[in-house]
Amino acid sequence: MSDTSTQAPGKKTPLYSAHLDAGGKLVDFSGWQLPIHYGSQIDEHKAVRTAAGMFDVSHMTVVDVKGSDAQAWLRTLLSNDVAKLSDGKALYSCMCNEQGGVLDDLIVYQLSETNYRVIVNSATREKDIAWMQKNKHGDITIDVPAGLAMIAVQGPAAISHANTAVQKMLSDPTGDMLDLKRFSAKFIGDWFVARTGYTGEDGVEIVLPESLVQALWQTLLDDGVSPAGLGARDTLRLEAGMHLYGNDLDEEHTPVESGLAWVVDCDDDKRDFIGREVLEDHKAFGGKHTFTGVVLEGRGVLRSGQIVQLAGQDVGIVTSGTFSPSLQQAIGMVRISKPIVGRCDVVIRDKPIAAKIVALPFVESGQATFS
Amino acid sequence: MEIPGDLRFTTSHEWVRMNDDGSVTIGISQHAQEQLGDLVYVETPEMDMSCDAEQGVAVVESVKAASDIYSPIKGTIVACNPSLADTPELINSDPYGDGWIFTIMPENPDDYENLMGPDDYQAMTENEG
Repeated sequence: MSDTSTQAPGKKTPLYSAHLDAGGKLVDFSGWQLPIHYGSQIDEHKAVRTAAGMFDVSHMTVVDVKGSDAQAWLRTLLSNDVAKLSDGKALYSCMCNEQGGVLDDLIVYQLSETNYRVIVNSATREKDIAWMQKNKHGDITIDVPAGLAMIAVQGPAAISHANTAVQKMLSDPTGDMLDLKRFSAKFIGDWFVARTGYTGEDGVEIVLPESLVQALWQTLLDDGVSPAGLGARDTLRLEAGMHLYGNDLDEEHTPVESGLAWVVDCDDDKRDFIGREVLEDHKAFGGKHTFTGVVLEGRGVLRSGQIVQLAGQDVGIVTSGTFSPSLQQAIGMVRISKPIVGRCDVVIRDKPIAAKIVALPFVESGQATFS
Repeated sequence: MEIPGDLRFTTSHEWVRMNDDGSVTIGISQHAQEQLGDLVYVETPEMDMSCDAEQGVAVVESVKAASDIYSPIKGTIVACNPSLADTPELINSDPYGDGWIFTIMPENPDDYENLMGPDDYQAMTENEG
């Protein structure tokens, strides 16, 4: 049967034709045409857990913050504290409004104390940039460089594949990526290489000129790296207990209410960051909600929006859910009004199905983190 | 994949096969399984349940989404595929064969004749694309 749904509206990344060539089934993803899978979402998931897969993440937004006040300004903008970064290190953080609600989650990379690269979500791009501009002060520039593309290579064999490809493509590489520590980044030529990702596996995210991204994709493909789509990206991140903005994080809840108290850093009494008053209170005393993982014990699949019950009473909601290919059972993240241990029910098609409360993540090194 | 010529179809992508004893077996089309992706869970109907035409009686879930399966005609459920509990992926690998979902004994055997033929179904999915 011929593919029938490759015509999605939206912007094309520089890898659009590469996705079609690889049999990608394209869907609209926050205004971009991206592959949901290339045949089997489960096979792509397993390739990343056992070998190496690659994702087109060119839709993500790169923001460069430079200037003598860059560090001081980011310390006011973000819930986590960039002062604990040394050059070349990365930090996961939320960017919150005055009420402590999450505007976005992001990774900030420190190249120096006057030069940071911030990578934010695509769905929140305009809102994030407007927020940064509105709250801009001191000697800084905020630049959203055009003409870039981004590939994430993830999996136990990712570093070796990515390094081989980059060495092959850059005729005069200023270094390899084998010495790059986890949660660190560096430039190799004008390619930005970060040992970060959204799968729970080792790997790199490579930001490079869009004119070269097709060649990098092809080089990785020739080397045996499996293309992986948005579907696998979602099951991988969920198994790894990583949040999806819009599902697990939103402006109505603080990071603490979404299980991310660790990205709220109040250690420096003098750091006056946006939302601090609420966030410090939630961190000390808890918010209106708590956040945890659940594993379905009965049969079915967890989906966002399903109701969580305890003894027949509604106590919360599933924010993200799926069937875990690694565990062969349904897993989900839930936001609940009070802490629960042990068991709960999740209502699926009007029927309460038994579920077990577990800590995040669900999977580490391909294995369940719970028994 | 060629659509088997002995099947009838619904606009909601179920296929229907007439059996020798007058019962009809239902599954989802190759097109439908392709749209859903890897199937991970199937909820088959209750045995002996009466159902109307276009009534949701089963649910198939892929990693991506859940989808209702409708009874194509009025009748009684007389069989469900027991293999789908442990191997829902049969619907992906053999949608018109081992991936069958349930069997109905129609109240009115003529209802089968009113369903869409394979050529019309093929044309419909091509127009959808």
